[in-house]
Amino acid sequence: MADRRSSSSSAAPPLFGLVLAGGRSTRMGRDKAALTYADGTPQLERAMRLLAPHVARAFVSVRSDQADDPVRARFAQIRDREENLGPIAGLLAAQAQHPEVAWLVLACDLPLLDESTLAHLLESRAPERAATAYRSSHDGEPEPLCAIYEPASREALAAYVAAGRQCPRRFLTESDTLLLDEPNPRALDNVNTPQEYGSVMSLMNPQSSAAPRQQPSGEVKRLTVQYYALLREQAGRREEALVSGARTPRELYAELSRRYPFSLGPEALRVAINSEFGDWSTPLADGDAVVFIPPVAGG
Amino acid sequence: MFRFTRTAIEPEPLRGELADPACGGYASFEGWVRDSSDGERVRRLEYEAFEALAVREGERILGEAMARFGVAHAACVHRLGDLAVGELAVWVGVSSPHRAEAFEACRYIIDEVKHRLPIWKKEHYAGGDSGWVNCERCAAPAAHEAEAPAAQAHGHAHRHGR
Repeated sequence: MADRRSSSSSAAPPLFGLVLAGGRSTRMGRDKAALTYADGTPQLERAMRLLAPHVARAFVSVRSDQADDPVRARFAQIRDREENLGPIAGLLAAQAQHPEVAWLVLACDLPLLDESTLAHLLESRAPERAATAYRSSHDGEPEPLCAIYEPASREALAAYVAAGRQCPRRFLTESDTLLLDEPNPRALDNVNTPQEYGSVMSLMNPQSSAAPRQQPSGEVKRLTVQYYALLREQAGRREEALVSGARTPRELYAELSRRYPFSLGPEALRVAINSEFGDWSTPLADGDAVVFIPPVAGG
Repeated sequence: MFRFTRTAIEPEPLRGELADPACGGYASFEGWVRDSSDGERVRRLEYEAFEALAVREGERILGEAMARFGVAHAACVHRLGDLAVGELAVWVGVSSPHRAEAFEACRYIIDEVKHRLPIWKKEHYAGGDSGWVNCERCAAPAAHEAEAPAAQAHGHAHRHGR
């Protein structure tokens, strides 16, 4: 906690998000970004949903030849600039493109990653260090693919790669990294092979109390938001699914207003929940579909 | 019957559906795309709706009109998508035993539809600009002052078509 106190004197750099989906999925034999689990959501989309509420902008890291792939094309992308470097190429390209921000990096093959693990990482972030990461519950080494990389790590990372090295774990070990214990020891289990996929699938069985994503922590809920007319144009999308801690439509609109350049304030809008007019202070429930209604002009 | 259509509205068959030997009066209203708005030349319009909610609310309005004015039948069809000047954007039809209620119910339905349904209209102007009616000016702080609280319907006085 001393880290957080010392950081409060100067503002932390803004946080952008990067989901790594540039791998070749060789061992899996099929694209890990498109892999689905019980709820049918591709892994890349699930990772983007987890990440999006916590960052100012979210990107997916891709190889140049993956840019048009339908699973990836719907998100803002950052393309690798170097080939055959593994996951470090994604971070390198992101830091080159936005050197002034910190990057929350997530692998797209972490099906057990839960909101509380992500929240703990964000709360513990030490902006004055090079990075904040978890210590693996398996071998005590840093977990580089659910970690925050501060702008201070950028030059060191570039030098590390220039020296012909590419292991992100070793990079974190050798850097000024704040290492945290995992609140949920299986949250960062990654899934690289069909066998691992099968074992995670059985763990996610609703009968299994060990499945962390069946038990979303606290107030966090899954919501869908549809956008119409001016709001659709300003959000750049018709619809999105998100994970949010917002308790009411008012809090949700405030959260979305931080991500999108909405010109209309809540006083100009009405709200609908599950296709009926609702109230700004109605408590939101898991699974709710929310629509913010701009001033109408039918007829 | 309230519904949306993405193709041209044909009033004749709609009128036929309201025919009833007990009814001696039929009134309808047609809203057409006009070529000007607030002094600007309009080239075309674009309508968009939150259909699930708009259909429910549209049916409620028709039910209110029948209960309130005692008319026998009421229907409304609203167009969506791109419309050229002169095209039919909305059609309302009412049949009733006597003419007075038919006129009143027709007027009630179009007024409520304009103010309550989640339907949006984008105007494309001759100069190349475009704007969402009632939205773009709300964004300016000055336009906010007269706004009702959020819970009120927002049929704004400014820039209403037709």
